[in-house]
Amino acid sequence: MTTVETAPSAEHPGWMGKSVPRIEDARFIAGRGNYVEDVVLPNMLHMAILRSPYAHARIVSIDSSAAMALPGVVAVVTGALLAEHKLAWMPTLSGDTQAVLATDKVRFQGQEVACVVAEDRYVAHDALELIVVDYEPLPAVVTPQAALEDGAPLIRDDKDGQVDNRVYHWEAGDAAATEAAFAGADRVVSLTTFYPRSHPAPLECCGCVADVNPASGKATIWMTSQAPHAIRTVFALVAGLPEQNIQIISPDIGGGFGNKVPVYPGYVVATAASLLIGRPVKWIEDRTGNLISTGFARDFHMTGELALDGAGKMLGLRVKMLSDQGYAYADAQPSKFRAGLFHMVTGSYDLPAAHVVTDGAYTNKAPGGVAYRCSFRITEASYLIERLVDVAAVEIGMDPAELRRMNFVQPDQFPYRSATGFVYDSGDYAPALDLALEQVGYAEVRAEQQARRAAGATKQLGIGIASMTEALGAGPSRDYDILGIKMFDSAELRVHPTGKAILKLGVRHQGQGHETTFAQIVAHELGIPPQDIVVQEGDTDNTPYGLGTYASRSTPTAGAAAALVARTLREKARKIAAYLLEVAEEDLEWEADRFSVKGAPEKVKTIQEIAFAAYTNHPQGMDAGLEGVKYYDPPNLTFPFATYIVVAEVDVATGEWTPVKVVAVDDCGVRINPMIVEGQIMGGLTEGYAMAAMQQIAFDEDGNCIGSNFMDYLIPTAMETPHFDLFDTCTPSPHHPLGCKGVGESATVGSPAAFVNAVVDAVSHLGVRNIDMPVLSSRVWEAIHAAPG
Amino acid sequence: MFPSQFTYHAPATLGEALALLAEHGDDAKVLAGGQSLIPLMKLRFAAPPIIVDINRIPGLDTIAEEGGSLRVGALVRNRAIERSDVITSRYPTMAAAAPMISDPVVRNQGTFVGSLCHADPQGDWGSVMLALDGSVVARSVAGERVIPIGEFLDGPFTSTLRADELAVEARVPDPGSEFAGTYLKLERKVGDFATVGVAVFLATSGGTVTKAGIGLTGVGATNIKATAAEQALVGGTVSDALIEEAARLAAEAADPRTDIRGSADYKRDVVRVYVARGLRAAAATPVA
Repeated sequence: MTTVETAPSAEHPGWMGKSVPRIEDARFIAGRGNYVEDVVLPNMLHMAILRSPYAHARIVSIDSSAAMALPGVVAVVTGALLAEHKLAWMPTLSGDTQAVLATDKVRFQGQEVACVVAEDRYVAHDALELIVVDYEPLPAVVTPQAALEDGAPLIRDDKDGQVDNRVYHWEAGDAAATEAAFAGADRVVSLTTFYPRSHPAPLECCGCVADVNPASGKATIWMTSQAPHAIRTVFALVAGLPEQNIQIISPDIGGGFGNKVPVYPGYVVATAASLLIGRPVKWIEDRTGNLISTGFARDFHMTGELALDGAGKMLGLRVKMLSDQGYAYADAQPSKFRAGLFHMVTGSYDLPAAHVVTDGAYTNKAPGGVAYRCSFRITEASYLIERLVDVAAVEIGMDPAELRRMNFVQPDQFPYRSATGFVYDSGDYAPALDLALEQVGYAEVRAEQQARRAAGATKQLGIGIASMTEALGAGPSRDYDILGIKMFDSAELRVHPTGKAILKLGVRHQGQGHETTFAQIVAHELGIPPQDIVVQEGDTDNTPYGLGTYASRSTPTAGAAAALVARTLREKARKIAAYLLEVAEEDLEWEADRFSVKGAPEKVKTIQEIAFAAYTNHPQGMDAGLEGVKYYDPPNLTFPFATYIVVAEVDVATGEWTPVKVVAVDDCGVRINPMIVEGQIMGGLTEGYAMAAMQQIAFDEDGNCIGSNFMDYLIPTAMETPHFDLFDTCTPSPHHPLGCKGVGESATVGSPAAFVNAVVDAVSHLGVRNIDMPVLSSRVWEAIHAAPG
Repeated sequence: MFPSQFTYHAPATLGEALALLAEHGDDAKVLAGGQSLIPLMKLRFAAPPIIVDINRIPGLDTIAEEGGSLRVGALVRNRAIERSDVITSRYPTMAAAAPMISDPVVRNQGTFVGSLCHADPQGDWGSVMLALDGSVVARSVAGERVIPIGEFLDGPFTSTLRADELAVEARVPDPGSEFAGTYLKLERKVGDFATVGVAVFLATSGGTVTKAGIGLTGVGATNIKATAAEQALVGGTVSDALIEEAARLAAEAADPRTDIRGSADYKRDVVRVYVARGLRAAAATPVA
């Protein structure tokens, strides 16, 4: 663990690599944050949403007269009303359409059918019960396999030319080369597995306050959004509002994890209602609404086949994936890639050939497919390859650590072009694996495992390894865009006359610590202490354009922009210092926070003195002030990596299991604030454990969602969350100005496979080869009882 | 929380509360700890027009041994049971179950008697009471009756308490001088309802079992008393063979359903394993 440091020291002379306490925490700890629910405007109305009880049904009629008659009800908004304003449907982030409010059919349980706008929330909820909807139930399609069968009920009969439930077919890699690799293989191992539907489940649900001023036409919308600028543009395109009249403000956000990237019907209806009524409208989603209708994650059915030679060298990888999209194709992902970055499935391994075939299908479930704390579907890819490598190790009788090591991409291969087209920027995988093995006491734990197997102990031990590589930090803009908007990001830096500063960014944090981390970047480049820098994000009228915070992209993009804009200001500061010190620019040297004259170190101007001069005594012919803006388009993604090792104890009589040791070795390049990085990794490991052990948005055969509250969709507590031992190696990114890579999602991406590998390893001697997540005790027991023995 | 409209009463005496229940019958719902009722009202699964909050009634928070039994009043919180000296020293099955009830927030508010009245087959206290042969004291304006727990628990979320009655206390018989017990619970995470729970109780005399109690959670329409397993134990000496036989009989008594927590076969087998483990643990740590 790192220790907290508040000022430069002899050991750490600058601001990089220093665990500065989080500047934003003071207001959060004191309960003085400002979330959407805290926004209260005069004359404000409240909105509640009526949701479909059916997964698939035709709407025969909607009678809202009794609801309208309830005192305090101002409006009941239905799909028919929205259709009059051409707002009943809206585009998704993958270029499909989804209903704002249902007009013809409901297509998932929980779909938005009508909204009540009332003087208070109690009345709004009472009125929901008075709306009479006559449904004609239709057969529900609840799996993607069933969706693609001949004669399956057509879910998207609203779309011209849509004759079946197929969403997309997309391939990556080289089919012929992969076939050739398999033809020449000594061994082929395979794994069919399902990554279940999970949900980001941020503690704060979604919500907004929409205030459309009837006099000026200005729409001010406070919204739980990870990407406020992109939302503004979407609103302008969808609603036809002039973009200068739309101000999106993302105030403090209580967790996002990808859930708060898309546009949801509640935002649109509240804005439309405010526009039509002329009063502010607040919509705050409840927990069931969040879990049942907003962006889910995963839901990939996957088969992987690995071709190996007799020595265990990997020759080729063949992957088939079928994605359950729900009723709309609404993944938040770059438009070029139809299954996100799932084709990153070759992971950390030097695979000469790979072929990935992906298909998506509509089902009667909520749309979404957001990347829950991962870079566009890499979580699913990482899970498949890391599970598959473990299956291969068992099948060919090799140690899973050795099989990984001998197939790693080697340090001299970087930049490494993978078989599916990624160019890995840097990496050195074996040292991370070795450090993890050493810290877990690998040889001793294997010996203990053997002893317990020999004794036939009730509690068996398993060791699970995952050596993951992520691809994150999108752009570059040549390959990455959302609905055509390029995935650059931006930073605007203004240094005030007294040497304090404000840094404005196009990204929007939801707990990641930007107000500290990005202040440290400026501090590192300009010498202004982080405590003297305000980091502003989330207000589209007051920050430069950017694509937002998700996919671990903030430090790779906006972080780079912040460093580069600070460097631009430093060059202007050099000119001012030269003027003040009456020397040539090239006679000056920069150190930490000041310019000094070469050979005359007593002649100095600090950044604070220079900033003051920029407004009071700047050279003739130079613009006053010390500010700038930088839009940064990264040349490539960044590729952090990690090895996670889990030791789990499994009770073979009941299937109960407990992680007894978790070691994480992360390499995300240069760490700006190690404490914040470690916090990110611990959070990611906790979420990885949660998905492995307990989480699933499940449905019954009629499409009823049985995971729409926290009694059924489980969030681990401190009681079951294991202790984590964290370590690191450092392989800088060669193209990021600070050598940084993203890290916010590494542990969520990589660790689920480590947990599952550990449980399967504990019972592999009983013949068990796979247990799908969530690895409930019942599934372990059932796998043991179903195993050939 | 945005529940349906209701009228709220907070009677200051037992008499007032009973009068309200007599007047409103099925329209009234008693609020004690609220840890089951309030979530149901929040989701509008329950919309009682009348709430009778009994928290201001004095004298309902007693934990005491009296007249050959332990009395637990209607306002005794789970947290108080967890911390009670008399329970931790004399009622090991209750003491083992108390810290497994949901989470600390729920335990601080939720009541023992309220949990019994809620009659959730996944509730832990019903099984404990079945193992201990407890009973519930029901009071109404018409008088008082003592209902054995096996008759009190009637079906999923249904008890034989009448709408005009208030469950004023639970009673647990004196365990004797040589006894042991425990509670085992399989849950997906802390605070989860039981996938399977097993309550065991043994009273012994000179190594011979004089009384045995086994209650099962989450494996039937109500909590289940494993009567055959209990009978197999009584009169015997605790041995591996006897434990295995009792565990087998208890598993036969279970009537689980397949659901998201696991298959019926799985749950029945966990009953077997847990009853055996519970009896072994109890036999290993008797209080004499």
